[in-house]
Amino acid sequence: MKSKKTVLFSVFVWGSGQFFICKQRLKGLLFFAVQLTMILTELLSGYWIEWLCGYIPDFSIRLHAGFFIKGVWGVITLGEKTGGTSGDHSTMLLINGVISIMILLMLLLVYYWNIKDASRSKVKSDNTTYKREQTSLKKLYQRYFPYFIVTPIGIAFLFVVCMPILFTFLTSFLNYNRDHLPPGNLLSWVGFLNFKKLFTIPIWSHTFMKVLLWTVVWTLVTTFATYFLGMFQAMILNHSSVKRKKIFRTIFILPWAVPQMVTLPVFRNLLNGQFSPINQVLLELGVISSNIPFLSNALVAKATVIVVGIWLGFPMFMVMMLGVLSNIERSLYEAAALDGAGKWQEFQKITFPLVMKATAPNLIMSMAANFNGFGMIYFLTQGGPTNSNMQFAGDTDILISWIYKLTLNQQMYDIAAVMSVLLFFLIGLVSFWNFRRTTSFQEL
Amino acid sequence: MKKKITACLIHVELIFMSFVVLTPIMWVLLSAFQKGNGMGRFNELTLSNFKRLFQETNYKHWFFNTLQIAALSTIISVFLIMLTAWVMSRFQFKGRKIGLLTVMILSMFPTFLSMTAIYTLFLNLGLVGNPISLVIVYSVGAIPYNTWLVKGYLDGIPSSIDEAAYMDGCTKLQTFYKVILPVSKPIITYCAVSQFILPWMDYILPNILLSKDKSKTLAVGLFALINGQESINFTIFAAGAVLVALPISIVFILFQKYLVQGVAAGADKG
Repeated sequence: MKSKKTVLFSVFVWGSGQFFICKQRLKGLLFFAVQLTMILTELLSGYWIEWLCGYIPDFSIRLHAGFFIKGVWGVITLGEKTGGTSGDHSTMLLINGVISIMILLMLLLVYYWNIKDASRSKVKSDNTTYKREQTSLKKLYQRYFPYFIVTPIGIAFLFVVCMPILFTFLTSFLNYNRDHLPPGNLLSWVGFLNFKKLFTIPIWSHTFMKVLLWTVVWTLVTTFATYFLGMFQAMILNHSSVKRKKIFRTIFILPWAVPQMVTLPVFRNLLNGQFSPINQVLLELGVISSNIPFLSNALVAKATVIVVGIWLGFPMFMVMMLGVLSNIERSLYEAAALDGAGKWQEFQKITFPLVMKATAPNLIMSMAANFNGFGMIYFLTQGGPTNSNMQFAGDTDILISWIYKLTLNQQMYDIAAVMSVLLFFLIGLVSFWNFRRTTSFQEL
Repeated sequence: MKKKITACLIHVELIFMSFVVLTPIMWVLLSAFQKGNGMGRFNELTLSNFKRLFQETNYKHWFFNTLQIAALSTIISVFLIMLTAWVMSRFQFKGRKIGLLTVMILSMFPTFLSMTAIYTLFLNLGLVGNPISLVIVYSVGAIPYNTWLVKGYLDGIPSSIDEAAYMDGCTKLQTFYKVILPVSKPIITYCAVSQFILPWMDYILPNILLSKDKSKTLAVGLFALINGQESINFTIFAAGAVLVALPISIVFILFQKYLVQGVAAGADKG
């Protein structure tokens, strides 16, 4: 009976059940403060009070509603009045709306907690007196300690990481492109039109498939080549006859240590079309008779990008595998030698499996890094050479660099968002599948 | 005899690889000290590129902007990461599992894919052009991946040492400061170094968020020097590149051990 009343109170005025019936004054006040803040925010950020007093005869949500209601209105309509300083700015409305909806959801969570707490409070108030609220607060702190730490960080995370992703998802359902740019134009919801466009308009679907295919080829070839070159280099460095091991090791680590922002433009300079120093040296030595089009021929450019990718990537695997190799017990090899195993068999049966086992997770990580390897493409070739058969993409463009170009150079925010969404699911699926096999998942 | 041939072959390979690795690095070093534009032919060596770098460009501003962003985001992100990872590793609470899973899937999504949204968000907050915006993105954006990493590390530390601290009357936060932080030094080093290096490398976000020439970060400023006018500015670019690459490479080589451990652990977590 009492619990029903508590809940009923708290449903309408947050925390009032706890406050009046269970005598948990502080807790009740806190809940009520949240509700009060919410209502005051809405009232004071809008013109509700003026409206209630009758000062505003023609009330409209667009002009007079407060933060929350206007936010929701903004997401639904994306603005009603076009243009200029007095018009609506659709993307601003959208982002404000997303923020206000996210805050509303959080408030809903507090509301739910408030009701749940009210229904639970009755048990305590039945058999214990309310005098020990102090201890109950302290207990609250002890019990919910993780939440006190995680909640603020989680909220920051929600706004800086999740909200932009949500915004990108929403953008893929808008007609947000260079023909419709706020504040000059209003945007509108177009449903799955952009997805349909990407898959049914030949030039889009054709480009998409081509870029996707090249992205996969680039990822696989570069990753495996760096992996095996790293392994090869580690084995060689680990050979007993090597002198000055430390010097070579330090040299080989340089491509990893020197920032890519420096090495990639340098490669671009070394390989550029008109005055490539590498071409000049080769010409003078008589190795070639005309310039190699390192960056201007589609096929050669692809090979160049991969070779540079390998140059950048092998040191990481080399260093890692050197660590693994030094941990393999000598006795294993001695036993193998006793059994009459040759060098190749030793590698095949002992070294390779052990190295593979220790570094396989890194192989997958490195694959993800190359798949998203924007810098390696953009700073080297900027996606070029340009290909007129492809929609705003060059021959060496991978998905990520194409998305970047579509966004920054072409202002095709909608199509770029569609591809980001597809990429998101692709990456999410693969990483989730990969993650499920690991021990950390089972221990979670 | 056979042994000698192998040794010889191995050293030939090592020297060849060293040559391949060192060519671009020597090229940028030499270009930095070249007179004129340094395209193709070698001239006499000079320091004039460095002089021009400081006189004709805003290199000093770029450098200190980046340093400021790097230092701030390192401190904030390490603090946030350690707290989150510690709570995730040591406490059982409702929503923990789903939180960890969300964070892990989101960590695979490159931040800059949502660049339009991030730009609009900071435009809305009036922070476009303000380095604080980058500090926020880097610090919070570092949470997902690194939380997993550090959580994995902390899981490997027996919780009996926490319990001993509790027995001695430490509160939870005291235990965190006095017990957990000191034992996590290697992983903190990894997080700090990688977070510190990030702003020096990143191009896309600073390019969008900080557009005024004086407020640029180093990567953006340097790349703008050669973008489209490579033949004119390459030697200045090289001078600037050497100045930034040197400290970073040294930091990297000094902290190699931690970085390798960190990368290996990062892959292991899943």
